[in-house]
Amino acid sequence: MKLSEKEIEIVEILEKNARLPVETIAKMVSLTVEETEQIIKKLEEAKVIVQYATIVDWRKIDGHEGVTAMIDVKVTPKRGVGFDEVAERIYRFPEVKSVYLMSGAYDLSVVIEGRSMSEIAHFVSEKLSTLDSVISTTTHFILKKYKHDGTVFEQGDQDRRIVVAP
Amino acid sequence: MQKTKTYLSETVMNLKPSGIRRFFDLAASMEGVISLGVGEPDFVTSWSVREACILSLEQGYTSYTANAGLLELREEISRYLARNFQILYDPNSEIVVTVGASQALDLALRAIINPGDEVIVVEPSFVSYAPLVSLAGGVPVFVQTDGKQEFKLQPEQIEKTITSRTKAMILCSPNNPTGTVLNRRELEAISAIVQKYDLIVISDEIYAELAYDEPYTSFPSIPHMQERTILVNGFSKGFAMTGWRLGFIAAPKEFAQAILKIHQYAMMCAPTMAQYGAIEALKNGESDVEEMKKSYRRRRNYFVQSLNELGLSCHLPGGAFYAFPSIQSTGLTSEQFAERLLMEEKVAVVPGNVFGQSGEGYIRCSYASSMEQLQEAIRRMKRFLERL
Repeated sequence: MKLSEKEIEIVEILEKNARLPVETIAKMVSLTVEETEQIIKKLEEAKVIVQYATIVDWRKIDGHEGVTAMIDVKVTPKRGVGFDEVAERIYRFPEVKSVYLMSGAYDLSVVIEGRSMSEIAHFVSEKLSTLDSVISTTTHFILKKYKHDGTVFEQGDQDRRIVVAP
Repeated sequence: MQKTKTYLSETVMNLKPSGIRRFFDLAASMEGVISLGVGEPDFVTSWSVREACILSLEQGYTSYTANAGLLELREEISRYLARNFQILYDPNSEIVVTVGASQALDLALRAIINPGDEVIVVEPSFVSYAPLVSLAGGVPVFVQTDGKQEFKLQPEQIEKTITSRTKAMILCSPNNPTGTVLNRRELEAISAIVQKYDLIVISDEIYAELAYDEPYTSFPSIPHMQERTILVNGFSKGFAMTGWRLGFIAAPKEFAQAILKIHQYAMMCAPTMAQYGAIEALKNGESDVEEMKKSYRRRRNYFVQSLNELGLSCHLPGGAFYAFPSIQSTGLTSEQFAERLLMEEKVAVVPGNVFGQSGEGYIRCSYASSMEQLQEAIRRMKRFLERL
C-alpha cells in the first residue's frame, strides 16, 4: 500500500502518541479534522494501524510484576506451509506476546509473559516443546527492562533549559 | 564615599541592557511556568555525539587544538557546506572554528570595522547584533521590516539607509525572532544592492538546518556573493548542541585569516572536546537532524494554526523554531501582553519590542517544547484572551 507523505506523518505521530486529539494531529499535518479522520479510518481498515496500545511499567504495580521470557525455538518447517503453520500454533496462545521468524541459529523467537517463572516453565515444557515440529527451545528470562519499543522506562530527562533565552 | 568618576568604558555604559533579562528574572522566580521563551532546541544532543565527546576525554584529548580548529573538523565542515549548501571553502585557509556562532559574529565584526563604520542591522533582530557592532567600534544602522510583509527584507529599504560610511550588513535567515526565511529570488534581489554599494554581508545562518518548506539557499551560493560574505554558522540549533558553544566561520581567505588573527590572541581555540563531538555530528548526525526537523515542523504547523484560531494573526514562519504573532488586536503593548500573560496564566513569551522597534505589537513564542506543553500553552492563552 502506497501512502502519501501526510498519511505517513499521521502514522508516525500516532505511533509516538496515539492519544493526541485528532484536532491537534490535523493541525500538525495541515489538514482539516475531517480529512485527518478519514485517513486514520482508512489506515485502520487497511490494518496499517493495527492497534492502539499502552506501554505499561507493570513492575510498579504490586502483585503484577510478572515475568517475561524470550524463547529461541528451533523447528522443522513443513512442506507447503513452511514455518507459518507452527508459528500460528504458537502465537494463538494468549500468553505469547510476539513471535518472529529469525535468520541465524534458531528459527522462531517467541516472547512470552507469565505471572511467575514456574508458569512460563510449565508453558515451555507442556505446550511448546511438545509441538511436533519443535526440535528444541532455549528460554531466556528478562531481568530488567530498560527500553521497550523505543521508550525508555525510567526517563530522567527533564527540561534543563533556562526559562528565557535569546 | 561619593563616586565622582566611573572606570567603565563609555561604549559599555552606553549599551542597552538586554530586554530579555528582566523577563528571565521574573519567569525564573515563578513555579509552574510554561516557557515559550527559550531560544534553544528541546532535544538533548544526540547520544552518538555525546558518546564521541566522552571517548575523546577518555583518550585524553584535552590539549589545545590548532587556532582555526581541528583540521579534521574543518574538513568535515567544508564537506558539509558543499553537500548541503553547494558552497566550496578551503578547510586550510577559509574556515575558522569558533566558540559558538556568537563569537563568530563578534570576530567577523571586529575584523572588518573601522571606528565609525556603519553596519546595517535588520530588525526585528537577534539581540546581540547591534551591541556587537558598537563594541567593535561601529555604528549600527537599523532597517525595519514589516509584519504585513512577513518581515521580509525589501531591497529598497536597505538602499535608503546606505551612506558613504556603510560597510556591511548582517543578514539572518531563517530569522530569530520572526522565523522568516528569504528564498533564492529574494536573496538575489538583496545581492544586487550589496554589489552596487560594495558591501560586505555577514550571513548568520545558524538556523539553516531548520528551513521547512523550500530547499534552503545559503547567501554565499548567490553568484558573486561568496567573495563578499562572511558566513556564520554552528552546531547549536540544527544539531541541538547549544551548550557545547561551537560555531564556525567560512569566508574568503582574506577575511578568514584576519578573523583567525583576532581569534588566536583573544580565544586561542574552541574547546577541544566539543570539536570532537562536532566531527561525529557532521559525519553521522544528519539523520538525527532530519528527525528533529520533522518534529519542529509538525509543532510549528500545530502552533501557528492554533495562534491564528485564537485571533493572534501569525504568518507561517519558514524556519527556525519561533512563531512571531501579532498581538495588536488586543490593544496591549508587547510588554504588557507578555507580562500579563506570565502573571495571569504562567506562560512565558518574549515581547517583540526587545528585538527592535518593528517588533512592537508582536511576541516571540518558541515552539521547541513538547506537544503537551504547547497544547497547554494554547489553552492558557485562550483563557487569557477571553478575559481581556
